[in-house]
Amino acid sequence: MSAPDSTRVMHLRVWRGSTRVEGFYQTYEVPFEEGMSVLDALRWIRARRDSSLAIRYSCINANACRTCMALVDGVVEYTCTARLNESCTTVEPLPTRPVIRDLVTDTAPADEKQR
Amino acid sequence: MTHLSTDVLVVGAGGAGMYAAIAAAREGSSVLLLDKNLIGRGGATIMAQMTVAAAIGHEEPDDWVLHLEDTLEAGRGICNEPLSAMVCQRGPERILEMDRWGTRWAREDGHIKQVGAPGHRRKRCCYVDFLSTGPAVAGTLRRQVSGMANVRRLSNIAVIEICVAAGHVRGAVALDLSTGSLLTIAARTVILAAGGLTKIFRRNSASANMGGEAYWLALEAGAELVDMEFVQFFPIAHLAPRLVGMDPIMWDPFRYKLGGKLLNGNFQEFIHRYGGQDEGRYTAARDLASYAILKEVEAGRGSPHGGVYLDFRHVPDDSLREAFGPVIDRLLKNGIDLTRVPIEVAPTAHYHMGGIAVNDRMETRVAGLFAAGEAVGGANGANRLSGNAITEALVFGERAGFFAAKAAMDTDVDWSPAYVQRARAEFSELRQHKEKGLGPAALQNSIQDLMWENAGPFRSGKNLERALPALHGFHDQLQDLAIAHGDIFNLDLQDWYELKAMLRSSEAVVMGALNRAESRGAHQRLDFPQTIAEFERNQLLSLEDGTMTSRWTSVVRSGMPST
Repeated sequence: MSAPDSTRVMHLRVWRGSTRVEGFYQTYEVPFEEGMSVLDALRWIRARRDSSLAIRYSCINANACRTCMALVDGVVEYTCTARLNESCTTVEPLPTRPVIRDLVTDTAPADEKQR
Repeated sequence: MTHLSTDVLVVGAGGAGMYAAIAAAREGSSVLLLDKNLIGRGGATIMAQMTVAAAIGHEEPDDWVLHLEDTLEAGRGICNEPLSAMVCQRGPERILEMDRWGTRWAREDGHIKQVGAPGHRRKRCCYVDFLSTGPAVAGTLRRQVSGMANVRRLSNIAVIEICVAAGHVRGAVALDLSTGSLLTIAARTVILAAGGLTKIFRRNSASANMGGEAYWLALEAGAELVDMEFVQFFPIAHLAPRLVGMDPIMWDPFRYKLGGKLLNGNFQEFIHRYGGQDEGRYTAARDLASYAILKEVEAGRGSPHGGVYLDFRHVPDDSLREAFGPVIDRLLKNGIDLTRVPIEVAPTAHYHMGGIAVNDRMETRVAGLFAAGEAVGGANGANRLSGNAITEALVFGERAGFFAAKAAMDTDVDWSPAYVQRARAEFSELRQHKEKGLGPAALQNSIQDLMWENAGPFRSGKNLERALPALHGFHDQLQDLAIAHGDIFNLDLQDWYELKAMLRSSEAVVMGALNRAESRGAHQRLDFPQTIAEFERNQLLSLEDGTMTSRWTSVVRSGMPST
């Protein structure tokens, strides 16, 4: 991530929590770079503001691993291809999967888990 | 603390790891396949949008010996020839097997279509389509490995230490990210298939997984690394405007098919000035192209974002659409209209030629410790040909799985809680770290900047010497880093171990580069621009009492394999 354009700030409203009933929204300000994706912003938040935010991703940019899905402004999206919304982007965990924590949901096949 | 037991433990579930698990299971071993991410979705294989080289001879007559000659020539004299031969000879078998397993290689007139690529004298590169070759290969292997009853797969498990006693591998300790606790594994043999290290550089085309964990684990276990100074910088990775949803190294097939002019900031062609012939076609080797681009930038003739232009404006819109229909739409969504504006490209860290030193059974000098895939060093020497990486993942995966299973049969399980004492103490200390302040993710960014500036595509003794103490300084900060509290999916814990891996791997690259006082292939020293005959040798690195130590060894010749 190169030097941000400090003149523009975007807002992300991110769902936090470990259970659906006890969740809350936390708002972050992120310096905007042209073309920035939602995942770029989430990674910036983890590196610069709040590393406790739980997210899942692997290929970062290529839309190849397909592990970074979340609800972006109410729509299921890959966060690596979803762009930031000018006013405020709301990011929530996938609605149909059990929440592990924050934006991470349980997407691994049942037989790939430690139980 | 959960404890598991297996015959063969495979660390990393990309192409090489999944194949290793299949091969070991075929020999009757019980296998535990672990990945830091989700099985079959992390690592580099899934990101390969390009082609897979193998002398199957479907497009035109070919022979694996010719593929070997091409590979050795690209490797600039320092390939481990038996390993290169293994890749070239066994590649065709693996590609045809993948075909039977359902990878839909592109076909033409009933045969698998093969295209050319720089450095290959025959058309031998298979592909699925321009965006899906890697995902198709990964998907095929994921289906295969899921169907094997004696392979247990676990996701979100990051191995943090290989346990060794009396000179033999005994198992491993891992961080279970979903619970934030340690997990121990007794294993008769272990295969490291956790990929390369390109994440240590600011500009990279890596997934989040490629922080050099395989090299770190191998070094700490007592194995040697070979030729760690050789990082492949992909010359024309996308730089600007920002492009999301595409692999940054996607421009190669465009150039093969349509041509594409590489122009400096003054819109002049320049590759020919560095001894390459380009002229709108894609013929310059990767190391030469990277060198030429960075020289232009250094001379003040770069594009606005510090690269050069790749220009397709001379290609008519309908030719673009005919060749790359859906890709053109994806580009337009990113605001990129190739008929109107040239894009900016620059070298990016893409692949690691160096890696874990193994013999022709893929075993390290630590008994029972094997390696597979990009983690292995030597097969590609000083420069890798386009298309050899997936082939190597499959071939080395198969060989490592086979030999690790055989070795497991002659090994007793030996496990003692004493093997995890060090890792346990370190982990409890880590959980006591303060919660606020500089964290591991932020420090990772600093390493990436340091490595890009001082050990990137251009190197000098002065810069490399500056990088070493800086890396040691980062190392001293490890104990003071802030770690978020909480157990479940606490990425700070994983980032902290990854940071340790990045530091060790960076140190290996810097030390290797400092000692190799010449320029050869991907290793370019500004202060030693010539290739020097006496350096036609391999450099081995190991930890001796915790200190990184280097020694030189003769290149392993005689490419002819022992079948």
